Amino acid sequence: MNDKVQCLKNCFLQGICHENPVFRLMLGLCPTLAVTVSLKNGLAIGIAATFVLLGSNIMVSLIKDFVPAQVRIPCYILIIASFVTITKLILQAYFPLVYAELGLFVDIMVVNCIILGRAEAFASKNSVPMSIADALGMGMGFTLAASGIGAIREILGSGKLLGVPIMGADYNPITVMVLAPGAFITIGVLMAIINKLNALKQKQAVKTAD
Amino acid sequence: MDINLARIFGIVISAVFVNNFVLSRFLGICPFIGISKKLDIALGMGISMTFVVTMSSLITWPFYHYILVPYHLEYLNIISFILIIACFVQLVEIFVRKFNPILYKALGIYLPLITCNCVVLFVTLLNIQNQLTYLESIVQGFSAGLGFGMALILMTSIRERLEMAKIPSCLNGAPIAFIIAGLMSLAFLGFSGLIVE
Repeated sequence: MNDKVQCLKNCFLQGICHENPVFRLMLGLCPTLAVTVSLKNGLAIGIAATFVLLGSNIMVSLIKDFVPAQVRIPCYILIIASFVTITKLILQAYFPLVYAELGLFVDIMVVNCIILGRAEAFASKNSVPMSIADALGMGMGFTLAASGIGAIREILGSGKLLGVPIMGADYNPITVMVLAPGAFITIGVLMAIINKLNALKQKQAVKTAD
Repeated sequence: MDINLARIFGIVISAVFVNNFVLSRFLGICPFIGISKKLDIALGMGISMTFVVTMSSLITWPFYHYILVPYHLEYLNIISFILIIACFVQLVEIFVRKFNPILYKALGIYLPLITCNCVVLFVTLLNIQNQLTYLESIVQGFSAGLGFGMALILMTSIRERLEMAKIPSCLNGAPIAFIIAGLMSLAFLGFSGLIVE
């Protein structure tokens, strides 16, 4: 029993750091860049994606033994599209302001490579509990990345965090950070920092091995 | 049918330059970063993309307005559009393989990839959301493909030059590509004064 719990935990943590979908696997970049003008939007798209991922992973894992291999991809896409439609209807009904901000980027989660990628690479080969752990881990990893980028862009671009000014009165906002170029530059610099840190870590490991 | 030439011109300029689907709406980033390494491949991808996105607009618009709307099934648009696009891409692939093997060899791998490209689905949904006419949707589809191809080719040319440059090792690969995309997107911001709605 303990082994199983450990396994689930590993699965969950993998998605958050070692296999972070955005920074490591480079999946699902479009929504990460497009809507992350603020921390709130980053969180919203992250939670929406986690919900779809959870639903589709569970369904795919349940049907994996009945669906012939040749038609599996269309089946996955249909499952994902259904969950995206559900998410969209929920957002429209209960959080119309959030939907107005995210707009069509909720709809195009259907073709988000994270969701299809996890369905194909993970849920179609693993049991339901494992798939749930994987979905939650990947979803959390994506949410963290999206809200991190959102927070950086919001702080630099408008001097606020969650709408509250935090940079002091004489801070001059770098407007370009909330426009399109800011997203590209932020993610580029973040990836470079992560690469650098990894390189340093490896160097350290080699040194201690010596 | 009354055709508003100025509006159509506006749509073209908007989709190609001002609201370029890659550089200011962040769609189709995966191929943009992933395959922008060789110029001939980028060209092939750009052409297949333009073709698929134009044809998808051509098919989904009548489908929405003559099938989904009369039966009040508008909420099914995501599911039905993605199915139409997937089937259409498959059809094109079979057709090209049968009638033009040389072209198939050149485009073969990229055609299926396009199904999963957000530009196609986004454009077809945007056509409906902005309540464009049939002709305007087709024009928007075509210019979206054109804008995507242009951004991809520009990016590839820069990256081919970059092969020679000496850059810090931590920036190698994707990070520098993103920063270049940021600078390109900054340049494209200059077009934003062009549109007068």
